[in-house]
Amino acid sequence: MSTQKKKHSLLNNAFFREIFFQVLLVTVILLFFWFIAHNTMANLDKRGIATGFKFMSQASGFGIIQHLVPYDETYSFGWTFVVGLLNTILVSGVGVILATLIGFTVGVARLSSNWLIAKIATTYVEIFRNIPLLLQIFFWYAICRSLPSPRLSWSFEDIIFLNIRGGYVPKPIFEEGFSWVIWAAILAIALTLCIRYWAKKRQDATGQQFLVLPVGIGLIFGLPVLAFLVTGSPLGWDLPTLQGFNFKGGMTIIPEFAALLIALSIYTGAFIAEAVRSGILAVSKGQTEAAASLGLHKSKILRLVTIPQAMRVVIPQLTSQYLNLTKNSSLATAIGYPDLVSVFSGTTLNQTGQAIEIVGMTMLVYLFISLTISFFMNWYNKKMMLVER
Amino acid sequence: MKRITWSFVAVVTALFISANLAQAATKDEVIKRGYLQCGVSTGIPGYSNPDAKGAWTGLDVDVCRAVAAATLGDASKVKYLPLNAKERFTALQSGEIDMLSRVTTYTLTRDSSLGINFAGVTYYDGQGFLVSKKLGVKNAAELNGAAICIQAGTTTEVNLATYFKQNKMEYKPIVFDTSDETAKGLEAGRCDVLTSDQSQLYALRIKLANPDDYIMLPDIISKEPLGPAVRQGDDNWFDIVKWSLFAMINAEELGITSANIDQMMTSTDATIQKFVGKEGIKGEGLGLKDDWATQIIKQVGNYGETFDRNVGKGSPLKIERGLNAQWKDGGLQYSPPML
Ligand SMILES: N[C@@H](CCC(=O)N[C@@H](CS)C(=O)NCC(=O)O)C(=O)O
Repeated sequence: MSTQKKKHSLLNNAFFREIFFQVLLVTVILLFFWFIAHNTMANLDKRGIATGFKFMSQASGFGIIQHLVPYDETYSFGWTFVVGLLNTILVSGVGVILATLIGFTVGVARLSSNWLIAKIATTYVEIFRNIPLLLQIFFWYAICRSLPSPRLSWSFEDIIFLNIRGGYVPKPIFEEGFSWVIWAAILAIALTLCIRYWAKKRQDATGQQFLVLPVGIGLIFGLPVLAFLVTGSPLGWDLPTLQGFNFKGGMTIIPEFAALLIALSIYTGAFIAEAVRSGILAVSKGQTEAAASLGLHKSKILRLVTIPQAMRVVIPQLTSQYLNLTKNSSLATAIGYPDLVSVFSGTTLNQTGQAIEIVGMTMLVYLFISLTISFFMNWYNKKMMLVER
Repeated sequence: MKRITWSFVAVVTALFISANLAQAATKDEVIKRGYLQCGVSTGIPGYSNPDAKGAWTGLDVDVCRAVAAATLGDASKVKYLPLNAKERFTALQSGEIDMLSRVTTYTLTRDSSLGINFAGVTYYDGQGFLVSKKLGVKNAAELNGAAICIQAGTTTEVNLATYFKQNKMEYKPIVFDTSDETAKGLEAGRCDVLTSDQSQLYALRIKLANPDDYIMLPDIISKEPLGPAVRQGDDNWFDIVKWSLFAMINAEELGITSANIDQMMTSTDATIQKFVGKEGIKGEGLGLKDDWATQIIKQVGNYGETFDRNVGKGSPLKIERGLNAQWKDGGLQYSPPML
């Protein structure tokens, strides 16, 4: 220490050195990326390969089978990005929900004291975790492809049809006055939240409990139904009917979507089940026993003691499974589901030839989705951590 | 996702590295390497298809073989890289292949913005429709509402949208990456119709379990001139590929075949003497041996021979010469003179 003080050279100053080398590192990294970018652009230009983002506003000229927003071949290449992205979000979003439901059910079932249930759950996990996802996607797609032709569709009461072209269900048509039903639902939810708040306050003060759950369910179902009846049932249905080759009207769930969704949910569900099991096992027995000795009911122990503590172990693993599911959804292109990779990095890239721009954008999207999921899950994790007192 | 990341990394590094190496001439590289790297399809009978032993045959394959015969003196010195429609241009741009010969349509966008050059037309084609007989459809105008299987990354996707729009009809595009999946989609009934260039429809049909259950509709909705392509910026290599194809077409016009090429060597006809490299510029302009064209005909044959053997009378496809007949016979195949 004393020697350092004597030499007043800046280079030996620890603070200066720290800053200096960090700045140096960042500069070198930035220069490196600039060099690569510059070099690539110069080379593309020299080789006569088009660069830039002008293509984004040109008409795409091709069709896409599933689009959640208006689209046809007169829309721009830029719009195909949105169409593909929404299809990716749709299959990943629904996939995350289904995988979570499957995962929690199976994870708890594996710990069941019923031998048969536990064995079935274990077998499920072992099978679906160990078969490559791509094979599973092809498997479910093959099953979808073995469904009957449109004319021989399986039908349920002539409203729902299932055939090789997909599932056809009635499409709701909201008529005037339907907004009242939605407002009623929002009101019911808000009321339930208020009641919950009030009940908690009262319990803290007086120890009296109030059955929020049945009242809440009653409100959330009752109010909208009431509004629906009062406004004179403002809802119609567009039914699918067979016309020529295919069904017209209604809503179509294409088999590519179904196969991909089933495969992703079942595969990821197996991993989530393992996460849930390990989370529950991580809660020490003493906790449950202590809760039981306080006279808490079994279901309350699970809800108030076990699950909150287990969640701390489960959430980080859950996050990475959600990320995996989203990234794995890009296997869609193997069976022709029009996700971002298939539509934008596939067809659009091929029609325009602008690989660097398009693949770069696609990678940024996945990065962004991943960061958003991690961000949200970290936030949720923090919130769960605070429960610790 | 992994695959895109890799292809992205590959393209970027390839571009990056090649910036620093002086662009080596493709011909010298091929000679040094001892074989030609040619991009072909993953399997379209008659055009480029591997047999049971892994040997490739087809019209597109013969163009690769012709270039190898001209450059290396040996038509068998070719390594084939099977590519689907989406992969083909990246493979060419990044230098993985020396040339692309894979039922690829010559278009303005591709020629002018992908950094590639088309070296001619091996086969004049057009987009058609293959449908199941059971549907009872007689022509494309009856296809309103149909589900249609297509391959991703093709001109087909755009032609189809244009055609249906012009005719105020609707369709559902089912887009697959590989021709196998596309064909399976038709067989399983996922789609009513398979659309592609007619040549590939003929070829895919013989791969189906029951080819007779499917018929070709009479309509042709586009122009698909299919030809080989090379990277832009190497004019000598571009010329070599272009003239290898022209030599095959010219030979047919001049009546030079693999059977009579040896007699032709002693011909006194001035045009033929120039063709076999006895007179005129010989191999000098292209920087090849003087017998480059002779070797092509000896080892691969002229255009007519290749056509008949792979897709025409002598093949299971039995495609008529049609547009691909010599110009003298009312077709479009026309080679500039080899003077
Ligand atoms: N000529 C068109 C279409 C070429 C094309 O890729 N056709 C498909 C027909 S289904 C094919 O040959 N696929 C073979 C493969 O992917 O290996 C183009 O250049 O875009």
